[in-house]
Amino acid sequence: MDNDLRREIIMDNYNDPMNKGLIDDNSYLKTRTSSESCIDDLSFMMKIENNIIEDIRFDGEACAISTSATSIMIRILIGKTVDEAKKILNNYKNMIEEKDYDKNLLGELAVYDSISKQPNRKNCALLPNRAINNMLEELNKKNN
Amino acid sequence: MHREDFPMLKKDIIYFDNGATTLKPQCVIDSVVEYMTNHTSNIHRGDYDAAVITNKLYDNVRNIVSSFVNCDSREVIYTSGATQSLNMVVFGYMKKHLKKGDEVLLNKAEHASNILPWIILSKQIGIVIKYVPLDNNYELTLENIKRCVTFKTKVISLAQITNVIGDVRDVYNIGKFCHENNILFNVDGAQSVPHMRVDFKNCYMDFLSFSGHKMCGPTGVGILVGRYELLEDMDPLCYGGGMNSYFEENGDYELKSIPTRFEAGTTPIAQVIGLGEAIKYLMKIGMDNIHEHEMKLKQYLLDKVKDIPNIIVYNTSSNSGIFAFNIDGVFAQDTSIYLNSYNIYVRAGNHCAKELKDEINIKNTVRVSMYFYNNYNDVDRLVDALRNSKDIFKIVL
Repeated sequence: MDNDLRREIIMDNYNDPMNKGLIDDNSYLKTRTSSESCIDDLSFMMKIENNIIEDIRFDGEACAISTSATSIMIRILIGKTVDEAKKILNNYKNMIEEKDYDKNLLGELAVYDSISKQPNRKNCALLPNRAINNMLEELNKKNN
Repeated sequence: MHREDFPMLKKDIIYFDNGATTLKPQCVIDSVVEYMTNHTSNIHRGDYDAAVITNKLYDNVRNIVSSFVNCDSREVIYTSGATQSLNMVVFGYMKKHLKKGDEVLLNKAEHASNILPWIILSKQIGIVIKYVPLDNNYELTLENIKRCVTFKTKVISLAQITNVIGDVRDVYNIGKFCHENNILFNVDGAQSVPHMRVDFKNCYMDFLSFSGHKMCGPTGVGILVGRYELLEDMDPLCYGGGMNSYFEENGDYELKSIPTRFEAGTTPIAQVIGLGEAIKYLMKIGMDNIHEHEMKLKQYLLDKVKDIPNIIVYNTSSNSGIFAFNIDGVFAQDTSIYLNSYNIYVRAGNHCAKELKDEINIKNTVRVSMYFYNNYNDVDRLVDALRNSKDIFKIVL
């Protein structure tokens, strides 16, 4: 991907992120995810109905990579089934960790395909991934 | 000053993260290597030649510390760092002597190590934590402390220099006030002891904690200085070898004398020896010279950044080599990653002062923290990088 385009997508999502700001609604799953290795600290909430992700929102302080990745991920995951979401999250993680992945599933998340060149930023890119996985696990526990 | 003593400075780096840890001079490295290479042995248990050398070096570090911060050498306890020292004060002494309703005065600029142990103690025994408000420069004044003191105030606990704002607290007058009012005075010296002359006795301190690695020493070692009469009534947090005189099947036991009873197990011998060497090195340079040099650099930096638009400085008035700032609209971590591309090492974050956000309304800052080996050229390169930061995201993304 062209570097200017990559930067533009990241900056658009950093400056005007999707669904930033939490709401008071107990029907959402909730989690707070802070990075062990840096200072990103974001709170997430997600609503799943009939196995479909209806909404994801977030708030907090994080760097350009974490914030933009969260925004893009939210845009992509809303409307997907839980299984589809898991597949996307898994592929995204594989991309960040330089393993085999299916680019077609990732849309604009592909802007982070070379983040591994900056190893200290991998955790930033993976933060929303961890948060959403946490909430899916919580849902799984509830259902069982 | 003395840049040639530091192997890390042979690389083309600008090291401005001294509040987190400092670089190590060759003499400290040599002392640790010498112990590991030529006289490795445990302390207090060997009769052979190497152990005699080690014992002598190890024990003498208490004398070095005592002349460095003006205390008695038997008041010097080796710990793993300031965090452990502060926890020993809270859970070894305060837990035994404070009771429900007793008030402890803290403030929101403190490091986690001087807040969280108190929060835990308040949950355990019901002490009350009161936060002294900071002034308009986010600094702590004796006047504000006095306003918060009641007949229930038993402890004032503070950092002599805070690690984000970097204000130097007036420990002499605060200590005198504590002394006159029968209040215990607990000082976190992690950011002050490495950078200025600190006087335990003359400032009426009851406890003083600091870390070795923030003052040219190795990691894994720190010091707790405690007034001897208080140490006599402090409980160890760790029990085991090296700290007991005897123990019997029927449960009888006797602990060793002070300070050894607080140093269970094999202590960080190599690190203690390295710390002793570091303190000797700093004393040779002179603590007043170190402080003066850092203040000159800080003023030089403040003068230079004045003309750069979009730089927000949070601590223009503080009297130490700490400079906390943000580039307007840029997350602190992005700024530190940007500066790394110029080989400038700074720290981004809340710097473990997680309650300070309530006072300065910003959670994360970029912190430049100086030491005597920084020079004007370091500052110039930082200023150049900040001047060029208009296109910061072209570099960090």
